[in-house]
Amino acid sequence: MNLTLKIWRQVDAKDKGKMVDYKVTEISGSMSFLEMMDVLNEQLVNAGEQPVAFDHDCREGICGMCSMYINGEAHGPDRGVTTCQLHMRMFKDGDTITIEPWRAGAFPVVKDLVVDRSAFDRIQHAGGYISVNTSGNTQDANAIPISKQAADTAMDAATCIGCGACVATCKNSSAMLFVGAKVSQYALLPQGQVEAADRVRNMVAQMDLEGFGNCTNTGACEVECPKGISLDNIARMNRELMKASI
Amino acid sequence: MSGFFKSSIGRKVAMALSAFFLMFFLLQHLAINILSVLSPDTFNEVSHFMGTNPLVQFALQPVLIFAVVFHFVMGFVLELRNSKARKVSYAKNNGAANSSWMSRNMIWSGITILAFIGLHFVDFWFPEINTKFIQGDWSGTMEGIEGFRYHEELVHKFANPLRVGAYAFCFVLLGLHLAHGFTSAFQSMGGTAGRKKTLQNIGKAYAIIIPAGFIFIAIYHHLNH
Ligand code: HEM
Ligand code: SF4
Ligand code: FES
Repeated sequence: MNLTLKIWRQVDAKDKGKMVDYKVTEISGSMSFLEMMDVLNEQLVNAGEQPVAFDHDCREGICGMCSMYINGEAHGPDRGVTTCQLHMRMFKDGDTITIEPWRAGAFPVVKDLVVDRSAFDRIQHAGGYISVNTSGNTQDANAIPISKQAADTAMDAATCIGCGACVATCKNSSAMLFVGAKVSQYALLPQGQVEAADRVRNMVAQMDLEGFGNCTNTGACEVECPKGISLDNIARMNRELMKASI
Repeated sequence: MSGFFKSSIGRKVAMALSAFFLMFFLLQHLAINILSVLSPDTFNEVSHFMGTNPLVQFALQPVLIFAVVFHFVMGFVLELRNSKARKVSYAKNNGAANSSWMSRNMIWSGITILAFIGLHFVDFWFPEINTKFIQGDWSGTMEGIEGFRYHEELVHKFANPLRVGAYAFCFVLLGLHLAHGFTSAFQSMGGTAGRKKTLQNIGKAYAIIIPAGFIFIAIYHHLNH
């Protein structure tokens, strides 16, 4: 298929940036969205132009690096997939596709479609870990029984890959789905109990400091999240913070 | 605890608490107003009680005013902060793909309700305050009206079709505000896990029944004055 692409081009963080139109031809429906971008970049390099900068690494939906706002949706029109897992068969011959970087004050653009998501790292550093010493004297995994339901729910929360689609899609640029998932993955397990109160307090404080907006429960994040992280995690984080504050 | 209400989640919880109070108030208000259709005499009795009881006038009324003012001021503050959290907006954004119109436009349905509250105050609240607190007339009666004046005044207000139309329009937007707001308030309090469907259904019923009830009363009195 032949496509028109409208892509955000921005030389560096200081540049104002603008949308630029490109044409790509003979795109196969079996290509991934990033492979289509590779075709475009090859074309640009051959023509002596700067290729479009975009983040990617694993290209199989597990690293959370790829991040494109495609036709008004984070990771494009498909559900439960990252940009690298999005197939070109979701589009039709002759389509015009708008491609923008994640937009949020807390995710400044570095270049073209690459944004700085280190705000997420700083939130994690504020409390997204446990300090249990596990080297040398590891105890038997079954010494502390954990219910199947708790283990499953914690695992569901832990599947968050930190891509930032939730922030990008939220009308308030709120990071609560991400932080809710990171708080929940520990809140449900015994290992997380020791630091539970400090964890949620510090992570929420860091989230606020980074300039993310305030959740108004639109639910857009849950729909666009490639890992299907549920809003229940935000409710759990709210409960955890209330518990930690009284 | 003071740190809690300064956090983003604390503000959400405060917003939800004020909203819970307002939703309870609406239920109570509708229950009394429906009496104006079912039994004008009972409506008069209850109105007189609510209008003169010191507990209602000096305890509940100030709390209500605080809740309303807090809710819309906080609504504006949150809206402003949230729109500032995205400095460059998207060239193309498909909000309808992942969220309801109601959830994305709480500020507009809210502003309509605020305009309604203004109209409602001019219509009912300011005259009441004037009669009771400035003229000092707590009798609940009026010259030319037998018994209490409340029912007569209510019916008189709805003679004007423009007022009925404006009321109906605002109540439809209140319904849209509540269609998102009801479940949202529970979610903010951390309480939806496992009961989502039930809450959504109660929320839908509440968001339809409350505005429909008020609209019905306005039209009923318009047609029967
Ligand atoms: C009797 C009148 C009102 C009722 C019953 C009501 C009810 C609600 C409810 C239940 C919520 C959801 C709270 C939450 O998500 O925690 C809400 C949110 C909101 N309300 Fe109202 N509201 C009323 C009047 C107003 C007014 C006058 C405004 C003026 C601007 C307003 C603006 C907002 C905004 C912007 C939100 C979204 C904030 C958020 O979700 O964090 N509301 N309202
Ligand atoms: S919650 Fe979902 S959308 Fe948000 S960072 Fe995690 S995986 Fe990405
Ligand atoms: S490149 Fe790793 S998730 Fe897309």
